[in-house]
Amino acid sequence: MENKTSEQIKQQDQTVTINIDGQDYEVHKNLSLLEAARTVSIEIPSLCYLKEINEIGTCRVCVVEVEGSRNLQASCVYPVVDGLKVRTNTDRVLRARRTAVTLLLSNHHRECLTCIRNLNCELQNASDNLGIRNIPFTGEMQDYGFHDNNPAIQRDYNKCIGCRRCMAICNKIQECYVYSPLNRGLNTVIAPAFQKDLSEVSCIMCGQCVLACPTASLSEKEHINEVRRVLADPEKHVVVQTAPSIQVTLGEMFGMPIGSFVAGKMITALKRLGFDKVFATDMTADLTIIEEGSELMARVLHEPQKLPLLSSCCPGWVKYAEHFYPEFLPHLSTTKSPHEMCGALTKTWYAQKYDIDPAKIINVGIMPCTAKKYEAARPEMQSDGYRNVDYVLTTRELGRMIRQNGLDFVNLSDGKYDEPFDQYSGAGMIFGATGGVLEAAVRTAHKLITGDEMSVPDYEDARGQSGLKYGTVQLGDRKITIVIAHGTGNAKKALDMFKSGEKKFDYMEVMACPGGCVGGGGQPILGGRDHKHISLSYRHNRADALYNIDKESKIRRSHENQRVKQIYDEFLGEPLSDIADKYLHTSYVKRGQHPYMHKEKPYEGYKETD
Amino acid sequence: MELKNINSVEELSKIKDDTYNKIKIRFSEDNEDKILEKELKKYHILVCSGTGCVSSRGNMVRERLEKEIRKRKLEERVKVFKTGCFGFCKLGPIIMIHPDETFYIKVEPQDVDNILTNHIVKGERVEKLLYKSPTLNQFVENMNEIDFFNNQMRIALRNCGVINPEDITEYIAMDGYKALGDILTNKTPPKDIIDNVKKSGLRGRGGGGFSTGRKWEYALSYDGERKFVLCNADEGDPGAFMDRSILEGDPHSVIEAMIIAGYTINSNQGYVYVRAEYPIAVERLEIAIEQARKTGLLGNNILGSDFSFDLDLKLGAGAFVCGEETALIQSAMGLRGEPRPRPPFPAEVGLWEMPTLNNNVETFANIPIILRKGGDWYASIGTEKSKGTKVFALAGQINNTGLIEVPMGTSLRTIIYEIGGGIHDNKRFKAAQTGGPSGGCIPEELLDTKIDFESLSDIGSMMGSGGLIIMDETDCMLDISRFYLEFAQDESCGKCVPCSIGTKRILEILERISKGEGQMEDLEILEDLCYDVKDSSLCGLGQTAPNPILSTLKFFKDEYIAHIKEKTCPAGVCNNLLKVVISDEKCVSCGICARVCPVNAITGEQKKSPFHIHQDVCIKCCACIPKCPVDAIYKA
Amino acid sequence: MEQEVQVKENFDYKKIDEIIKKYKKDDGMLIRILQRTQEAVGYLPLEIQSYISEKLGIPISTINGVVTFYSLFTQEQQGQYTIGVCMGTACYVKGAQEVVDAIRDELQIDVGETTMDKLFTLKTSRCIGACGLAPVITINENVHGRLSPADVPSILYKYIKTHKKTRVEESLSKVGDKNGA
Repeated sequence: MENKTSEQIKQQDQTVTINIDGQDYEVHKNLSLLEAARTVSIEIPSLCYLKEINEIGTCRVCVVEVEGSRNLQASCVYPVVDGLKVRTNTDRVLRARRTAVTLLLSNHHRECLTCIRNLNCELQNASDNLGIRNIPFTGEMQDYGFHDNNPAIQRDYNKCIGCRRCMAICNKIQECYVYSPLNRGLNTVIAPAFQKDLSEVSCIMCGQCVLACPTASLSEKEHINEVRRVLADPEKHVVVQTAPSIQVTLGEMFGMPIGSFVAGKMITALKRLGFDKVFATDMTADLTIIEEGSELMARVLHEPQKLPLLSSCCPGWVKYAEHFYPEFLPHLSTTKSPHEMCGALTKTWYAQKYDIDPAKIINVGIMPCTAKKYEAARPEMQSDGYRNVDYVLTTRELGRMIRQNGLDFVNLSDGKYDEPFDQYSGAGMIFGATGGVLEAAVRTAHKLITGDEMSVPDYEDARGQSGLKYGTVQLGDRKITIVIAHGTGNAKKALDMFKSGEKKFDYMEVMACPGGCVGGGGQPILGGRDHKHISLSYRHNRADALYNIDKESKIRRSHENQRVKQIYDEFLGEPLSDIADKYLHTSYVKRGQHPYMHKEKPYEGYKETD
Repeated sequence: MELKNINSVEELSKIKDDTYNKIKIRFSEDNEDKILEKELKKYHILVCSGTGCVSSRGNMVRERLEKEIRKRKLEERVKVFKTGCFGFCKLGPIIMIHPDETFYIKVEPQDVDNILTNHIVKGERVEKLLYKSPTLNQFVENMNEIDFFNNQMRIALRNCGVINPEDITEYIAMDGYKALGDILTNKTPPKDIIDNVKKSGLRGRGGGGFSTGRKWEYALSYDGERKFVLCNADEGDPGAFMDRSILEGDPHSVIEAMIIAGYTINSNQGYVYVRAEYPIAVERLEIAIEQARKTGLLGNNILGSDFSFDLDLKLGAGAFVCGEETALIQSAMGLRGEPRPRPPFPAEVGLWEMPTLNNNVETFANIPIILRKGGDWYASIGTEKSKGTKVFALAGQINNTGLIEVPMGTSLRTIIYEIGGGIHDNKRFKAAQTGGPSGGCIPEELLDTKIDFESLSDIGSMMGSGGLIIMDETDCMLDISRFYLEFAQDESCGKCVPCSIGTKRILEILERISKGEGQMEDLEILEDLCYDVKDSSLCGLGQTAPNPILSTLKFFKDEYIAHIKEKTCPAGVCNNLLKVVISDEKCVSCGICARVCPVNAITGEQKKSPFHIHQDVCIKCCACIPKCPVDAIYKA
Repeated sequence: MEQEVQVKENFDYKKIDEIIKKYKKDDGMLIRILQRTQEAVGYLPLEIQSYISEKLGIPISTINGVVTFYSLFTQEQQGQYTIGVCMGTACYVKGAQEVVDAIRDELQIDVGETTMDKLFTLKTSRCIGACGLAPVITINENVHGRLSPADVPSILYKYIKTHKKTRVEESLSKVGDKNGA
């Protein structure tokens, strides 16, 4: 009976029968051999493969014997056809895989013990799985050195294995076209044009390439030591702020399931690390909503020529617009990101309120993001002469710091955020996922325009992982078209359609990273031994966690946040006031696509405070 | 030259007849005419204008001829033409005088006077410019009496050295565009054309040896918004120049074949991807395309039919890997020429993701004559599985270097000793290298191998595109392997791991051995690595790059062992293992050697005792060897 | 969009514009445009690649990837005479390496380098097809065949002499102009 159904399915051309290692399997017909084998629990190793993004068959680690084929075939690009017979673990196959990995190792700076990706490296993993015990080849190694002339991302060319995953994600998803293979043969290097540093090309510092990199060739620039230095200084009042999405990803660094909500443990850990105060960026996210929602309302009502309004809380996206769409810079919301608002407010309102010398306050951001490191270093981002945010650590760096301090993270008790940045609405929470900002802003704009609360604030349209979504919202008697894009490539599509007149809209939220901040370039890297293959799907789980917390929140609208009201009462006055403008809004720079032509000043590291 | 649109097969055949009459003086079978012409004392002088002869100042010979003929007012009687490569490049510049078929070699511009005065005016041959047969030790007047040409069968090269490649009407006179004309007039179903090609047994001449008919069939079977015909003229094998000679000598045969291919697979646009290093071929192709457009053989409604086809050039920019078809397609689209895994094959996903038929120049050049004479005719030539003829570029330590075309199945011995005239300087044959960097070395005991696709791959070599390099006892097989590996390593696109890193590691092992630093274990590592690179590389370049090593390891392992164990290079090539020595007995103590030595490694007392080379100082530049008046210095 | 890549006076941008205009309409003409531009300018420096990137709307990384892939493209200014020593198999077995060494010694430059006076650039090339004349070198368009290392100095000297002669003539004619005026 069951046979018959499968026969029927087969007639509908849905599956094919293939023989792997002597056994027949029914598999979906549109799969590559590697994917098909995974569906039947056969794991073929690979280093260059990244599902749907990089399917180019270059590392030759996934080779298999295909009957009728003279040479070994790369299973990641070999389509399954009915009757295909393959062998995935013969001596010949294993030998070829071992040779490929050995050759890579012979051209790799093997400093595993001190490497930033030690124990989280796909090359190390592959070498271990294949049982490579010695490297019989000695010879010339490619030497293109180490580039880190920017605050966010460092490139160690001597650990590059030429898999091109960085390039694929940068070209196909982000459409920044930073990387290309240069030269040829052994001299081939995957690098920005002219092997410039990332700061000299149209790189948006989003860090997606870091996530894609199987080794430590691309990694975040670590600032752990700088932070430890200020923590050790008794003169300094060090506050730390944590971005919404960290709460659902940090647990992964300690083997917890994807999507675990660990805000409480995280706060305890931060306190034990020695931070004087632990603040929630979620709260200033609410503030961002009020400011940006007011901006939206103002433009809808008074300045329709400045529509569409483009969200500005994502520093990667802001930089993308500066490089690729300078003509749209007037459309970018001038509202600072929650991260920078928190920084600005700690050195003004908070300093005044608690009578602390702002010169002694250090604001450290724990961000899911490498671009935030860049954002914090932007010259615009200061208030009254003080940097808004002094240091930014990624989720990964915080995880490492916690490990270094010997904290048993999983078993920590729950702590609480410190006043006055302690309360936040569900709307602030969902900033961490794509669609979240827009949803939160619309909830508030509805109130601002109509004076009514929105009864059912669930815009399903705005969620989920499809890269570009359109929807309409009724705001009183005005119907506005909204767009949600994640992955800057999708923003590019929307803007191009807007330019050509094909599809107009009034408000667009852009998150540079696919999936929003939960998929940010500073988040834990999966792909080591516990999570065998990198895919985009884990971002759903992280995002779902945020939305679930939002659902359970008592306050779901930013304007209901009492602390936000307090800030307006005590300090800012009203949304878009002069003070708000001074501290919570910013400006942008036209950068173009050939920044190296202007000889931008190289990054000199964080300024030593005092 | 005034070219008009040709609207029908009838107009085409009229041009054929008219032009043939003008050039029939060149064909010896018309014996009566030949005498008649001679009485009228009309001559055609064909000057080889291939790259080989142009490099040895053939152009100046032609210009001088034209100038002198004008000066002597011989224009009516004597006409000078450019023509394609005769193949005997070693003896260039070559000119051929019709109707008496005199074959002059190594003609210098200053010989022009002599030729005009004696040959043309007096009717006497200029003996010193004739070919002297090394076997008979006498001058040979007629081309067909030369051994080099004797065993050849020119099908792909049929028009090279016969017609002026810059005149489309001369091609038409040789039945050119007739196959196309017949197909368009009869509206021959594509299936019939493919059947004919299949019947001929023609296989891809670029090296792979895939059935051309089946390739066309696949290309026909895929539908696309647009479809393309692509000609691979990116001949990159060092030492191979078959395709270049065809393009320089008979570009229209390729163009005609591409139009036919377009008709067959339902494509309206073709591209010839040609190396930019071949400026003459590019120029001839440009002229040929221009003339074909003017005559309506390219463009809309070809020969009055409803079929349209156009052709453009794509120039390579210096990357060997672009000879691989998927890399070629990338490069033709203006990108880095990096191969991609197949399937899907270009017949399904090619240029701009559209179905694309890709054939090599020599393959295309065979098509018009196959369709004219029938697949059966072509299939009657060659061996069971390899039909027709193959063009080889003969080079290395052989007397007659140049371009030859022989039936498949001709033995290596025939090629080397009859056509090639044996080994240079009567040295001992050591190996024949076929297939360039993808091929292998064939030792003496296999000299009777009949060359075809199967037999060559059976002995660890391959047909490749047709390079054939002969090596003698003075060539070190390790050094040759190193040379090819260096080439492959340098030309690797850098995309896949086994090829980009693997070939470098292979090369490094070879370099170690050639410096005398090798271990016996290296041979094992080397062989294993070669097999793995061959087995798992992405494209043909990597899959074949280890062939030169594997074949020399198979047939000449003793040379490797000598380098490792005895630290000597038997052929005296590998510099680091060389010793330059002065023979005590022969030395006359003149001291010349000591004076030329750049590092003062030679000492001795003039006219008293034999001179001596200090090995620790000697840099093995060998500058002393040719200076010794008594040949007392030798490499050991 | 405003012009971002700064136009420097010393390159013939008008000529590059013409080249781009001629080939832009067809698909996949980047390599041809780069070839023609290199013919016009002599090499492809960063400024020119960026200029072409902007005009064609092709990312600079892609263009730089293409330029560095093909051996015919150069990003460095070349000497007035480019010496190409053919390293095809036929030439190699006939002693091309010794010819390279002789040129290196004579000019004191390595392969890929240019002499201080920007007169000669030394390169090795793939087979140029003049195997019958092996070993062969090309100096710009001229082919010199059947060489031995000993021939090298005299051949190079010829070019140096021509160069000097033209320079002397140039300066003489300048003097003449001055005198005339």
